[in-house]
Amino acid sequence: MFELLAQHPLLAAVLTLLLLGAVFGAILGFAAVRFETEGDPIVEQINAILPQTQCGQCGYPGCRPYAEAIANGEAINKCPPGGEAGIQALADLLDVEALPLDAEHGEEQRKAVAFIREDECIGCTKCIQACPVDAILGAAKQMHTVIASECTGCDLCVEPCPVDCIDMLYEQDSLHNWHWPLPDPTSHRVEIIATDRQSAARSSDEAA
Amino acid sequence: MRKISGFHGGIHPAQNKAQSSQTPIVFTGIPPQLVFPLSQHIGSAARPVVSVGQRVLKGQVIAEPVGFVSVPVHASTSGTVRAIEERVIAHPSGHAAPCIVLTSDGADEWVEHSGVADYRSLSPGALLERIRGAGIAGMGGAGFPAAVKLALQPGKKIDTLIINGTECEPYITADDRLMRERAAQVIQGAQILAYLVAPGETLVGVEDDKPESLAALRAAAAGSAIEIVEIPTKYPSGGEKQLVEILTGRQVPSGGLPADIGVICQNVGTAAAVYQAIIHGRPLISRITTVTGAAVRAPGNFDVLLGTPMHFLLERAGWDPGDRQRVIMGGPMMGFTVASLEAPVVKTTNCLLAPTATELPTPPPAQACIRCGMCAQVCPASLLPQQLFWFAQGREFDKLEQHNLFDCIECGACSWVCPSNIPLVQYYRASKAEIVHLRRDSDKAEHSRLRFEARQERLAREEQEKEAKRAARREAAQQRAKQAHEGSGTEEDPIQAAIERARAKQAEAQQGAPDAAQAAIERARQARDDRASEAPRDQARLQLEKAQQRLRVAQAKLAECRQSDAADQVIEALEASIARLTEKVTAAQRQLDAAQEA
Repeated sequence: MFELLAQHPLLAAVLTLLLLGAVFGAILGFAAVRFETEGDPIVEQINAILPQTQCGQCGYPGCRPYAEAIANGEAINKCPPGGEAGIQALADLLDVEALPLDAEHGEEQRKAVAFIREDECIGCTKCIQACPVDAILGAAKQMHTVIASECTGCDLCVEPCPVDCIDMLYEQDSLHNWHWPLPDPTSHRVEIIATDRQSAARSSDEAA
Repeated sequence: MRKISGFHGGIHPAQNKAQSSQTPIVFTGIPPQLVFPLSQHIGSAARPVVSVGQRVLKGQVIAEPVGFVSVPVHASTSGTVRAIEERVIAHPSGHAAPCIVLTSDGADEWVEHSGVADYRSLSPGALLERIRGAGIAGMGGAGFPAAVKLALQPGKKIDTLIINGTECEPYITADDRLMRERAAQVIQGAQILAYLVAPGETLVGVEDDKPESLAALRAAAAGSAIEIVEIPTKYPSGGEKQLVEILTGRQVPSGGLPADIGVICQNVGTAAAVYQAIIHGRPLISRITTVTGAAVRAPGNFDVLLGTPMHFLLERAGWDPGDRQRVIMGGPMMGFTVASLEAPVVKTTNCLLAPTATELPTPPPAQACIRCGMCAQVCPASLLPQQLFWFAQGREFDKLEQHNLFDCIECGACSWVCPSNIPLVQYYRASKAEIVHLRRDSDKAEHSRLRFEARQERLAREEQEKEAKRAARREAAQQRAKQAHEGSGTEEDPIQAAIERARAKQAEAQQGAPDAAQAAIERARQARDDRASEAPRDQARLQLEKAQQRLRVAQAKLAECRQSDAADQVIEALEASIARLTEKVTAAQRQLDAAQEA
């Protein structure tokens, strides 16, 4: 055998390459099985960026279906709760151009929480069935209430309510959500003139 | 002599301490009204335990802590609770927060309290509970609950206890006066803390621009194991991490706490408050606050009851409100402009700075960054301020975190040296808050996702169960049919038979359907023809008969109702209907007569 190979270097080379191919193929095949990724990682990454309000404003029944659709080439600007920041993050992830929010699917709004006017609730359970995150507590013919900390503000419960007793309460400015504002980067373009500066200082003092 | 290490960067701003450090501490007095914010510290807000109109005594708990990182609130003088409502508090936002408003009665009557002269008779746990109960929060400026910091985590050995008497920020002299006048309290407080933490060594770090404080502390600490260390004056040596590095030469790891490297740091004010709480049983109800700046006539340090409105304190120092003069809580480097002077003094109010416009002018407009690198040279946390500024402008939060934005102590050294007057710290504060905000949002999104998925799973499971039940029923029916089939041998399958019957019926109905409609039309036509052909006389007679019939029924009912004492309305209604029916009968009679005549 060895002698045969020694006499036919071409054959030896071919055989060696075949052997190497088989070995590496086996290794790759094993790795593919052993280290198989579950699910589609890009869908997971997109889903992690989406705000998970499950509101369906994008036209898909939840954030994950929309994430799957984006992975298959759907536009990234159909998510109003995610807003411009969400679109930017998706654009960065997918390396595509960030588009302005598609107004057809709604506008970016302040965060809100659903609130049931409990006196008026007739206990129909329609909102409970509509809530995508099980944030409404109640039973048939019993008063319902929203668990505020679980509510995503998707407003899917508002429409089915037969007595219109659900309000969306928008988040108010308070000590809890206040934070230092970013200085206005354009502010140094004005106020260069000393008198401007003084009047600006006075008006800012008045504001404070 | 201890080896003093340095820390990176730092600046030497004009100290401006002499204005307020020369006079002894003055007690401010009891203001007519005091305001106690329910959350005047980091952590969750306290819950009020008094009601409006209730009389409370000095030192009485008026709100108790909720959760671990929380401290109780005590009344700082005796009086009556006037309201529990939203009031403006000392916060850069100027927002209101829930507060307990107290009208003082001037009696200043103490609640029953008792201290423990021999603190060593108490277990560390009991001591910690007393410190927590006394509402002590870090008095240096951050206001972190002292008991939380002192509660040792298992597995973390503390080898050094540092008492921070650095007070590096310009203008502020509250700790300086405290150390000069109450050195014994500070040292005893430090001893209590040392007993609690059981460190290898206890150090008090004081900058060398306070020789009187150093002398007083050395005299008080003579003979004890506590070492008073003189450190060079530089801003911001008073930063916790910076002081730890100066005194021990060890750096607190990025994102870590001093406890991670075996160090606990407490302010001298906190040590004195611990002394008061343990030895005398007095909760933290007053603090020393510096009131200074060119706009006050008599700058100095004041022993002020917590909850005192700031204007009351400023008036005691002879404040001249001037032309829309601002007041800063804290120092010129890290303080913020107070939105309203109705805001009360709280545990972290170490200084009220009332400068004139010439003393602390409005900063000139920011220019473009020229990349001079001075900010990086002075940064005590060894960060890259200009890079951070760049990323903050572009809202690149990932990059900010990669560049350790959260190690920034917001000391303001970078802004101070910046030749372009860029408000750098403002950018970092805003970005930090934004990042925290985004983190919270993403946590919430993750939570919602899990709930949504759990719900989807539950719905799928319920659907599956229903499907399984349906399948089982079908199976059972088939089984029965099979059994019946086998049992009766040649007999027909009953289900099949039923289906066939139904089918036959349906077919019949379908076949008959057009005919039935036709028949109905026929019938209707017939009826119309009949009516047309019928003599009007018969019609009239029929109507008369019908009316008479109804009249009889109504009369019978009325009689019945009268016998059974029915409600008046019912009887009235019946009488009315009888009258109507009688009319109808008459009309029908007339019609019949007319028809007969015709």
